[in-house]
Amino acid sequence: MKKEQLKAENYKLCIIDQVKVDEILDKYPSNRKASAVIPLLHYVQKKSNGWLPVPEIERVAEILDMPYMKVYEVASFYTMFNLKPVGKKLLQLCHTTPCWLRGSDEIEKSIFDTLKIKDGETTPDKMFTLMKVECLGACVNAPILQINDDYYEDLDYKSTKELLNKIKTKKNIKPGSVIGRKSSEPYDKNGNKNVTK
Amino acid sequence: MDELRNINITIDGIEISVPQGSTVLQACEAAGAEIPRFCYHEKLSVAGNCRMCLVEMERSPKPIASCAMPASDGMIIKTSSEMVEKARKGVMEFLLINHPLDCPICDQGGECDLQDQALYFGKGETRFENSKRAVSDKNMGPLIKTTMTRCIHCTRCVRFANEVAGVEDLGATGRGENVEISTYLEKAVTSELSGNLVDLCPVGALTSKPYQFVARPWELTKTESVDVMDAIGSNIRIDSRDGKVLRILPKNNESINEEWISDKSRYAIDGLSKQRLDTPFIKINNKLQRVSWDEAFEVINSKISKISNENFVGIVGNQVENEAIFALRELFKKLNLNKILPFQKKLTFSKENRSSYLFNSKIEGLDKCDYLLLIGANPRVDSAILNARIRKNYIHRDLKISSISSQKFDLKFNYEYLGSDVKILNSILEKKHKISNDFEKANFPMIIIGDEVLQSDCSLDVQKISTSILKKFGGFKKNWNGFNILHNYASTVGAIDILSEYSDYNHSALKNDINNNLIKFVYLLNADDFDFDISNCFVIYQGHHGDKGAQLADVILPGAAYTEKEGSYTNLEGRVQYCQRATFPPGDAKEDWTILRALSEKLGKKLDFDNLLQLRDIMFNSKTMLKFDENIYSSEPKITTKLDFKSSKLNYENKNFFMTCPISRCSSTMAECSKVNI
Repeated sequence: MKKEQLKAENYKLCIIDQVKVDEILDKYPSNRKASAVIPLLHYVQKKSNGWLPVPEIERVAEILDMPYMKVYEVASFYTMFNLKPVGKKLLQLCHTTPCWLRGSDEIEKSIFDTLKIKDGETTPDKMFTLMKVECLGACVNAPILQINDDYYEDLDYKSTKELLNKIKTKKNIKPGSVIGRKSSEPYDKNGNKNVTK
Repeated sequence: MDELRNINITIDGIEISVPQGSTVLQACEAAGAEIPRFCYHEKLSVAGNCRMCLVEMERSPKPIASCAMPASDGMIIKTSSEMVEKARKGVMEFLLINHPLDCPICDQGGECDLQDQALYFGKGETRFENSKRAVSDKNMGPLIKTTMTRCIHCTRCVRFANEVAGVEDLGATGRGENVEISTYLEKAVTSELSGNLVDLCPVGALTSKPYQFVARPWELTKTESVDVMDAIGSNIRIDSRDGKVLRILPKNNESINEEWISDKSRYAIDGLSKQRLDTPFIKINNKLQRVSWDEAFEVINSKISKISNENFVGIVGNQVENEAIFALRELFKKLNLNKILPFQKKLTFSKENRSSYLFNSKIEGLDKCDYLLLIGANPRVDSAILNARIRKNYIHRDLKISSISSQKFDLKFNYEYLGSDVKILNSILEKKHKISNDFEKANFPMIIIGDEVLQSDCSLDVQKISTSILKKFGGFKKNWNGFNILHNYASTVGAIDILSEYSDYNHSALKNDINNNLIKFVYLLNADDFDFDISNCFVIYQGHHGDKGAQLADVILPGAAYTEKEGSYTNLEGRVQYCQRATFPPGDAKEDWTILRALSEKLGKKLDFDNLLQLRDIMFNSKTMLKFDENIYSSEPKITTKLDFKSSKLNYENKNFFMTCPISRCSSTMAECSKVNI
């Protein structure tokens, strides 16, 4: 990755809570500080608008007494660390087999129709970023769309559009199944939840 | 230490016994079975990621990676079964999927591990129909050219940088198909050993930038020789073609440089063809004019009657071989002169016995030592290979290191900094300092005394007190001698060996003589780095480069550089090694001892040898000590001084690692390196 892409100009380090950092570090032996690299990167990413600019990576390296390159290797290896800026709402769309069979392509289309973004793109207002990801581990409620930390389940073309429009207009949205079922209880084609046989 | 138990292992039906802790790959090598490999390198940690070294192990359903599998008793290994063959072919096919077929334009061609092994295990045709991946090239500085599409991700370079060189800038970013080897944010590799990355790379991903598209390996004449850029005496191989040195590679020598050489040793060679003195010169009306050898000698001869022991001084340079120093000494003897300065800088040693000025623990001793005190030494700049050796012990055996120096140098390992005042040694000796405990605990304590001390007024004091400390804490015993002087220049030890019995002329005596206007004639034998004002003297310069010395000269006698002559150099351990001629000196330039021999005849004081063998015969049979003993002698240095510590603070001298001699100063590669690294 080129320097220009990584280095944000006049970047100001985000504010992190030392108590929280110590809490993370305390979980590991003091002579094995480097073990805390992943939790610490997650924490810093959360604090710095969902991505890891170079100065933040270097700060983590300094906290953990690690070479910059070692931390950068970790950050670039794991897909959940973003090395490019992301929108306020990070849409992670699962497209692994179960979700795909249940119509994740439709969801992708719905997102494109609503926000005009494809995989890896961000809306011009820096509000949404779409990332197609591998299995989110909620196949029973496929297809899944993760928005920041919450899962939205049982989606289809229409409900995705509604969901995104609600976010756009700053209306409250409820995480979980959009058809209103509780966890993964059975339901039939018509959305009738009292299915016996 | 416990004696390591041997284990028995059967390889291809041959039962052999290998030391415990060996890997299956090492056992196979011991049994004579060759195992192809890319990522495995015996000087680096095991990665096990190229999978080329797969072998079949009995009772294992799958082939095993022999480089990562420890050998154990009773293992039965097959290295040429059908399964192994098939596995290797499979691995090779995968490796070649993303490797471009650009061998004809690749600098590695002809000495490429992948090329060689593809010949044996490659399929010859591809089944891969998708597009190959392409990777953008990375900037790694002025020495390393990258073509990252060729990379097979063996991570040898990353491991070398992290483990040996100690620059943790290299790494593999991304994952899976997207892995790329890169330096952090593509900055240059800031190591004095970075050229070794090129040697380590088994493919053409990292190649030598100054050598790009210059020659094919089969066109080169290979000459095994010795490096003179520092006092270590690294073993090198000089590759030349058509009378030109094209590159220098390291030659394995476990006792000295292992497999590495420094960037200066490797890349300063473009200086060999610049600014060369190819014909004798004499100064007429303040202008140097080309003349013949006879005319040049005639000018010297015309002055000979005015020469006396008082007013004639010889100064020996930093890269002069023993033969030339000896010839100069013999010439001085014939002329009844005795003012020869063995080295140009003010360095103070005791010359009473040899262990007073040698690196007594030997370079290999650095692997054994368990406590190290550096006094006024910056080994990273003075001898990068030695620094890597210290780091090796630091990494593998947790060597504890302390340092007294003018400032805290970045040596690429952690050490305790004890300040810049050498008086601290007193309290160490009296067990009043916490360092005393470290000395007490250590079985093989070691002290390395560097340039900052040797150049200071307290040099002998430090050496004496170091001897006392080592004596107190077991630094001199059977097979161990912890007293070490870190020399900087290839010829220093040889010059002391040859000249100490003949002349005890030194730097301050010469300074005095010059101040008293005594010196009228100066013979510079390859000397360029002195700080005397000799502008009023008649200066004869014998050397190979038009550098500082030649500028002052009234007569220039063109000599040969280290790649152009046969000679012996004594390294800092006292080891005598021979360099060989790879090319001929340019123009009318001659080997240095022959110039002195010819001059002697012209002056009517013919030297007693007519060829190199005769010279060597006399040299080695004269009382001078030019012998090397592999064993470590525990004889203590003999140092006589009052211990008054006239000055005790060490002073910092700014040194540029890349430019220390006429050759490296003329090298544009070295100039570029110093630009990047400063």
